[in-house]
Amino acid sequence: MFSLESFLDVQLVWFALIVTALFLYVLLDGFDLGVGILFPFAPSDECRDRMMNSIAPFWDGNETWLVLSGGGLFAAFPLAYAILMPALYMPVILMLLGLIFRGVAFEFRFKAVKSRFIWDYAFHFGSIVAAFMQGVFLGAFVRGIHVEGRSFAGQPFDWLNAYSFMTGVALLFGYALLGSTWLMMKTDGITGDWARKCASYVLGYVGVFMAIVSISMPVMNEGVRELWFTLPNFYYLVPVPIVTAALIILIWRDLHRGCENRPFFFSIGVFLMGYLGLGISLWPWLVPFAVTFRQAAAAASSQSFLLVGTLVILPVILTYVGYCYYIFRGKVSHEGYY
Amino acid sequence: MIENLDSVLLSRIQFAFTLSFHIFFPAFTIGLASWLAVLEWRLLATGNTVYGVIYRMWVKIFAVTFGMGVVSGVVMSFQFGTNWSVFADKAGNILGPLLGYEVLTSFFLEASFLGIMLFGWNRVDRRIHFAATVIVAAGTLISAFWILSANSWMQTPRGFRIGENGLLYPTDWMQIVFNPSFPFRFVHMVTAAYLTTAFAAGGVGAFYLLRGRHVREGRVILGMAMIMAVFVAPLQLLFGDLHGLNTFSNQPAKVAAIEGLWETRRGAPLILFGWPDQAEEKTKYAVEIPKLSSLILTHDFNGEVRGLKEWPKDQRPPVLWVFWSFRAMVGLGTLMILTGLTALVLYIRKRLFDVRWFQYWCMAMIPAGFAAVLAGWFVTEIGRQPYIIQGVMRTTEAVSPVKALPIAISLGAFILTYAVVFGAGSYYIMKLIRKGPETEAEVYGSHGVKEPPLITGIVSEKE
Repeated sequence: MFSLESFLDVQLVWFALIVTALFLYVLLDGFDLGVGILFPFAPSDECRDRMMNSIAPFWDGNETWLVLSGGGLFAAFPLAYAILMPALYMPVILMLLGLIFRGVAFEFRFKAVKSRFIWDYAFHFGSIVAAFMQGVFLGAFVRGIHVEGRSFAGQPFDWLNAYSFMTGVALLFGYALLGSTWLMMKTDGITGDWARKCASYVLGYVGVFMAIVSISMPVMNEGVRELWFTLPNFYYLVPVPIVTAALIILIWRDLHRGCENRPFFFSIGVFLMGYLGLGISLWPWLVPFAVTFRQAAAAASSQSFLLVGTLVILPVILTYVGYCYYIFRGKVSHEGYY
Repeated sequence: MIENLDSVLLSRIQFAFTLSFHIFFPAFTIGLASWLAVLEWRLLATGNTVYGVIYRMWVKIFAVTFGMGVVSGVVMSFQFGTNWSVFADKAGNILGPLLGYEVLTSFFLEASFLGIMLFGWNRVDRRIHFAATVIVAAGTLISAFWILSANSWMQTPRGFRIGENGLLYPTDWMQIVFNPSFPFRFVHMVTAAYLTTAFAAGGVGAFYLLRGRHVREGRVILGMAMIMAVFVAPLQLLFGDLHGLNTFSNQPAKVAAIEGLWETRRGAPLILFGWPDQAEEKTKYAVEIPKLSSLILTHDFNGEVRGLKEWPKDQRPPVLWVFWSFRAMVGLGTLMILTGLTALVLYIRKRLFDVRWFQYWCMAMIPAGFAAVLAGWFVTEIGRQPYIIQGVMRTTEAVSPVKALPIAISLGAFILTYAVVFGAGSYYIMKLIRKGPETEAEVYGSHGVKEPPLITGIVSEKE
């Protein structure tokens, strides 16, 4: 049977692809979920229209990275998919319901007149629920999943605890940072000024939550502790928190200097560092601390069959996604909006 | 009460409910995307603005429908794991890549170019805009290709082996993708989607003619819809027949349930109507045409058709559902063909656009395609039971280790959410239809932006 195994570590390539797809999802849907989180706090309806227009051409493309992460996990690591989805049943469903409400709100609020406020709130609360649940996944994930044999063996509410609640709130602030810095880049005038204020308000919380998660993980888990705090690992890994702190300081300075574009990209950097830190801590688990990515891997032939297409198509996708961002580049201007 | 609830049954209801809801949108958007491409092609080829006016009205409806399709589709991609995790684990080697290809080759294409289609009318060159429409239309067809391949594989699994651990392993990808029922199901479903859109749009055109509003647009819409009814509806009868014969050779139990036939016999009659009784193993009050079933299925008056009693009781699908869903589908298809014939006669008499009763009739046919698609999926999916993968894996073996209570809650939440979303979506689509095409100022996309922010405008503004 057809396989690329002989000259490529297909399992590792797939692991890298899925992790990358998920990161792209977190960034891209992160900023539009962030816009949803900040939505009702905007100073005027005109601002809200402009906020919506800044993400309208992109949101469903952004959400497709979630489908790719889920679909890719199913395709390349079916065992991990089959364990994680039942384990996170309630938060997954709640996230999906949140995404439904915010997704339809894009179309509905512009069609509605009297009932517009309903869809404004559907957009806001849908975004909050989806973002919060994604943070809950993170908390439940790092706490570990109870597995027996090839399936989830825990209780329906294993995912719900103070820690996962904290990571849920943490991600709300994280996405709000991405959302507000996105708005600084894509809007001007009142909306841009307001977004700048939001960003500086949210930034402090993001720093605090990142510190809590970074400290709590080695405290809770011995493996993580050993990984980070033994020599010489410590020297290789210590740049991660240092760069994160530096990026947060840079964002802070930019916010007070009037830079419009850089804070968004520095925020991406903050997310990248946080993601990297998590990745290093959880390596090589795909279902912590029960199933590694190699144990969860699909048959070599299945991974190879999809990989051939992926390696051809993914660059094409990235090109035209980039093209779409290019077409709708620049600020959402004042004129032409009511 | 909760303790008695069965998580298999609840998962099945939830999956059936969310899928039935979801299928409305692809069924409509596949046809609508292709129709929009045709409209824009006619606009560019003839320069006749009526096509542009119709395009810009329906692209808004497309946006609403597509949005609902996206969000209900995301749900589907997670439910394999949340509710059918054992199935996901065992069949993941085979179905995973098929769904993976759907995401890669279709979803990104649709989602990205939809943005240009909706918001790019004045922002990009006309030809690029047309290309975006064509790409979105192609994306919907590519998506149908992969998802129907995956579904067909569950109906007629080929090209795999069962490993010692109970997992399924691929042995031949060509056989998996192009499994025996796939070409038939693909053609049948895409045609169904085109007819669904044609009848939904045609009814709207008839509505405008009836009201005497937007007459120019109404005539074009109704005319194009009736071209589909005249030529494609009879073709669908042929495609459906071929699909049925394919099912007869691959899934004879499903056909026996469709026919309501319990005893294996030569010269089997065609049961037009009746009441199949699963417990008593017979079809009561049957109205039959002698030997017709044998003739249709074997092309021989005395050909043998196997009855349901050939299979043990625990391998038979729920006959009543399959039997009646099939009759609903065929009945609606027949009405579509008759509509086409009527339209042809009226056209020859040059009265197609001014006969009132026909306009009422076309309006009544708006939901026909949707109902037929739903009924067809009921036939094929319920007809596969009690298997999730025909002959390989039972539905009861596929379910996640999730307790009944969370599933009951999620099912309730889905029903509530979809009722609100579907209700609101239908209401807004109705509003768009009532408002009709706008001939005056350029209405831009679906986001109420009267004048799009032009690149040049933005650049000069900064300077």
